[in-house]
Amino acid sequence: MLIKTINAVLAVIAGVGGALVLFWVLNRLVGLLPGRWEDRLKPYVYIGPAFLAISLYLIYPAIQTIHFSFANADSTAYVGLDNYTSLLGSAGFRSTLVNTLLWIVIVPAVTIALGLGIAVLADRLRPRAEKLAKTAIFLPMAISAVGAGTIWRFVYATNPPGEPQIGVQNAIVTGLGFDPVNWLQITDFKFNSLELMVMLLWAQVGFSMVLLSAAIKGVPADTLEAARIDGASERQIFRKVIVPQIRGTIITVFVTVTIGVMKLFDIVYVMTNGDFDTNVIGVQFFNELFTNFNNGHAAAIVVMLMIAIIPIMVYQVRQFRTEEAGR
Amino acid sequence: MSIAERSVTRPAGSPPAHRRTVSRRMRHQGEATPVAKATVIFICTLWVVPTLGLLITSFRTKDDANSLGWWTIFTDPAALGRLTTRAYSEVIAQANLDQAFVNSFAIALPATFIPLLIAAFAAYAFAFMSFPGRNTLFIMIVSLLVVPNYVALVPILQLYGDFGINGTFPAAWLAHIGFGMSLAIYILRNYMATLPKAVLESARIDGASHFTMFWRLIMPMCVPALASFAIFQFLWVWNDLLIALVFIGPGENEPITVAVKGLMGQQGQGWQLVTAGGFISMVIPILFFLALQRFFVRGLTAGSVKG
Repeated sequence: MLIKTINAVLAVIAGVGGALVLFWVLNRLVGLLPGRWEDRLKPYVYIGPAFLAISLYLIYPAIQTIHFSFANADSTAYVGLDNYTSLLGSAGFRSTLVNTLLWIVIVPAVTIALGLGIAVLADRLRPRAEKLAKTAIFLPMAISAVGAGTIWRFVYATNPPGEPQIGVQNAIVTGLGFDPVNWLQITDFKFNSLELMVMLLWAQVGFSMVLLSAAIKGVPADTLEAARIDGASERQIFRKVIVPQIRGTIITVFVTVTIGVMKLFDIVYVMTNGDFDTNVIGVQFFNELFTNFNNGHAAAIVVMLMIAIIPIMVYQVRQFRTEEAGR
Repeated sequence: MSIAERSVTRPAGSPPAHRRTVSRRMRHQGEATPVAKATVIFICTLWVVPTLGLLITSFRTKDDANSLGWWTIFTDPAALGRLTTRAYSEVIAQANLDQAFVNSFAIALPATFIPLLIAAFAAYAFAFMSFPGRNTLFIMIVSLLVVPNYVALVPILQLYGDFGINGTFPAAWLAHIGFGMSLAIYILRNYMATLPKAVLESARIDGASHFTMFWRLIMPMCVPALASFAIFQFLWVWNDLLIALVFIGPGENEPITVAVKGLMGQQGQGWQLVTAGGFISMVIPILFFLALQRFFVRGLTAGSVKG
């Protein structure tokens, strides 16, 4: 234990120190070159290690993954488009896609609606109370999916009928005179997926609230005043004056949450491992890889995910370009 | 992403001071109707109750945890006397959570500081040096922000297998360095782009080298951005499950997330153990969050596209 701790401290020092020495040595080496070459090469020396990391951990694997998606389970022979056709042809994967789509349709929209609603309400509290309320709602953002899993499994816990219920939801249901329910196994209307979405909302609404609240506070007061003088109602002011001015932030939150939902893995993995018809792309990918040992299927799933993310990527780059132009 | 950039340069939620005082009056701050107040209290209760239940249960005896709802503690004073920290000592011994706790630090600290340093050099080059390919390379960084790190798992596992480092701390560090790099460069470069160029030019005229300017001038000015990224990355790595499962896995090097995930299958031994383990895994992020909330907000706004 002590040795492990000392090792950890040494590792931190060695890692950071090593990186420092690397840059110092590289810098010295370029300094030995004649002046013109030094200026030409130095930028590449500074970005070099970063690009090495990115190339090794994103670019090379991305190419390799595309490559593997056309090969068999242990990547020993090409199978053409078989992985794609067999995945898209299987009922299980189609249901995974439907679930993922459901998450994409529901979670970002609800995150924004709730975040906006809470931001508007909290804005009217006294500053102290506002801060307290926001902290309470924002706090789950710091909690890992594993931590959230222990919390919410307990909320959804089920004891056999007749025994006292220790999960909050079943305590309410049995208190009303019904039988206890196995919440995570109700597949009707995808109810169990909805229960998992509640967890993600619990974790993310704070993020949306904090950003939107900052944006609302940044709306110039004179535009609100002008609307009031013109006789607009509070509701009209919200819809016609505030919302258009915070549109940029709404889109940011929407894009951010959408990407998060597309890549969703840990909440579903921790709660159901994709069973009871709750599977999503991230979990199916993981299980193809580590339960079925099928590299081909796993790679094909990632490639489909990458294709789905391309529009967002294009949007990000465009957004960045307009911002740079305005700088 | 637009907010990402703005929020690094100026704390989210703090518009210029003069505007704020006007807006507070205009916006009826402190004038919430009873209905609005009740709604906020209701929502906050909904948000806090699940965590409260976990916390209370983790201090109960096995019998109480498994047969009495945690809320009965408020109606049954006798149950208060039975509260104990035994679940904590039991779960720490049973699941080696103390070891896992140290492991989490051993993974998260280097995985936070090394990418920060590497990214700072790259960001400096992007912000203050001109070289062929600069814009193209930076656009590449921006577009890589959203690429899922799933792409890396199979190829990197094979690569690690060849080098025999699967299951070690460096396996996780290197992965987090690679996955965190584009975001770190993005945040730091955008922050550096807002710094006054004149300072740098006068230093240049005085004969300072890039290396000196980086350390003496730019790094001190970048402390807010460095702190935002460091906090965000630390929490991200601490809370990570996927990379820990894939590159480290269960065993003596497992971090706290993997250890607690392993506990979750063992509810038969009592909810008090699972909840105590869960709380141990959360305590560092929660303390971090409460102490550094403002930095946390900035890091998150820029960083939540990652993964």
